[in-house]
Amino acid sequence: MILAATPGSATLLLELGAILVALAFLGRLAARFKVPSIPLYLLAGLAVGEGGIFELFTARDFIETGAQIGVILLLLLLGMEFTGDELTASLRDHAPAGAVDLVLNFTPGVVLGVLLGWDIRAALLLGGITYISSSGIIARLLSDLGNTGNRETPVVLAILVTEDLVMALYLPLMAGLLIGGDPFDIGLEISIAITAVVAALVLAIKFGNRISAAVFHRSDENLLLSLLGIALVVAGIAEHLQASAAVGAFLVGIALNGPAEHAARNILGPLRDLFAAMFFVFFGLQINPADLPPALGIAAVLAVVTAASKLATGWWSAARVGIDWPGRLRAGTTLMARGEFSIVIAGIAVADGIESDLGPLAAAYVLILAVGGPLLTRAADPIANWIRRRNRDSRAVSA
Amino acid sequence: MTHIDETKLPGVGALHCFDCQSGDRIGVISHHAGRREVIIYDSDDLDRVGECATMTPDEALVLADLLGGTSVTHRLDDLRQEIDGLAIDWLPISGHSAYAGKTIGDTALRTRTGVTIVALVRGDRPIPAPGPDEELHVDDTAVVVGTAEGIDAAAQMLVAAGS
Repeated sequence: MILAATPGSATLLLELGAILVALAFLGRLAARFKVPSIPLYLLAGLAVGEGGIFELFTARDFIETGAQIGVILLLLLLGMEFTGDELTASLRDHAPAGAVDLVLNFTPGVVLGVLLGWDIRAALLLGGITYISSSGIIARLLSDLGNTGNRETPVVLAILVTEDLVMALYLPLMAGLLIGGDPFDIGLEISIAITAVVAALVLAIKFGNRISAAVFHRSDENLLLSLLGIALVVAGIAEHLQASAAVGAFLVGIALNGPAEHAARNILGPLRDLFAAMFFVFFGLQINPADLPPALGIAAVLAVVTAASKLATGWWSAARVGIDWPGRLRAGTTLMARGEFSIVIAGIAVADGIESDLGPLAAAYVLILAVGGPLLTRAADPIANWIRRRNRDSRAVSA
Repeated sequence: MTHIDETKLPGVGALHCFDCQSGDRIGVISHHAGRREVIIYDSDDLDRVGECATMTPDEALVLADLLGGTSVTHRLDDLRQEIDGLAIDWLPISGHSAYAGKTIGDTALRTRTGVTIVALVRGDRPIPAPGPDEELHVDDTAVVVGTAEGIDAAAQMLVAAGS
């Protein structure tokens, strides 16, 4: 009987409630200081994990399940952001920018992994972590700074879109590699997974309208249940086929556009925020805070290198379409933020247990760039103004 | 003729920009959700938003009206009239409509709402009395006749379903 609360369930409610209240407090703090909330959620996770200030007992299982749902919702809504048309248009116009982004930002992570003497698969995961910018943080930054209408913004968004497409192929690839076994099995596994991804993408682009017309329902309740249900089922099937649950959810998101998409973003958004917060907490609580300080040095170096490589990516891509230098600076600094998807990839590594140093390094890395990236983005316009003023003054002096 | 630069903003909508002879640059963001932002770019840095006004689709139409331009479909919209339980209306087929690209037969509009499509307006060309095999294209305007309730249902199907 539900009413006869057992001591266990009371503890669960207390722990869960306390965590949510703490997250709400941190979220307010983040808003107050205009920094993304993701790093603070990670810190909260660190505080309630093993070796933290206060270790959770009963709520941990619930948070773990919540974290899985969080990843699925993150990727589902990410897929929904883009229609098939936008995907193809972005690829057509900005494919070179996407390629430069991949080469410049994937490489530093892989190289560091190899230098540290890690398994090549762990190095490839670190490459993914340094490659993928945080579309959540960046979307927030663009609207907070009123930069959505800026001429470099289409370039930034197109790069994010290509990153997401790369993710759709990268996640099943890594899932296949992590299972291991003999090369033939791995090859088969990966080709099946990637064929499924490509087939789903083509289906989504061709028949997305019909699929979403079938799913759409005027009642929010029915729409919510059908969307969440479908996403979980597809994610479960994908996970079962070793293609990673996240990819399944991403494909469902891409398949949905039109009426279902608009309503879905509104009703799934708050749910995503709740479960994604659990996901960040769960990632944090798997890491022992004592492992963090030793990782900080390397993480800082990696952060500086990959902030520079994102700056170069944005600069070059914006210059390519005729944007002037202040816009290039904004594009570059905007792309620096890493966040939720770096943690998604690091979460795969931690769950697999492939390299024990990877979790703390990834946590420290994301902590640095989720805070530092947006700060630099905010500084871009003041810096540009300062340089412009100085140039004008020096011209006035020489004249 | 002014050159209008169109770029997609994935996840947001579309951005249209043009340069004025005065050197100012004007932009409009059309959000997927229907909201419009009108932008005047910073004169020191023409890639950066200087001033920005956000408006609902209706307010954007008011601005367009004040500037002296109205599109045919929207003027048609106002011509909606009713004669003793018989209504006639003009329904635009938007790019998001689930029925764009489908035939009139596919929509089963008459069976479902009792409303008949008596004509399609495609660009400047009218297609009177279209058959069931006629395809609905994006930006077509369907001229429909039926009861007021029927037309509301048909509008839900063809228009609102996509917005």
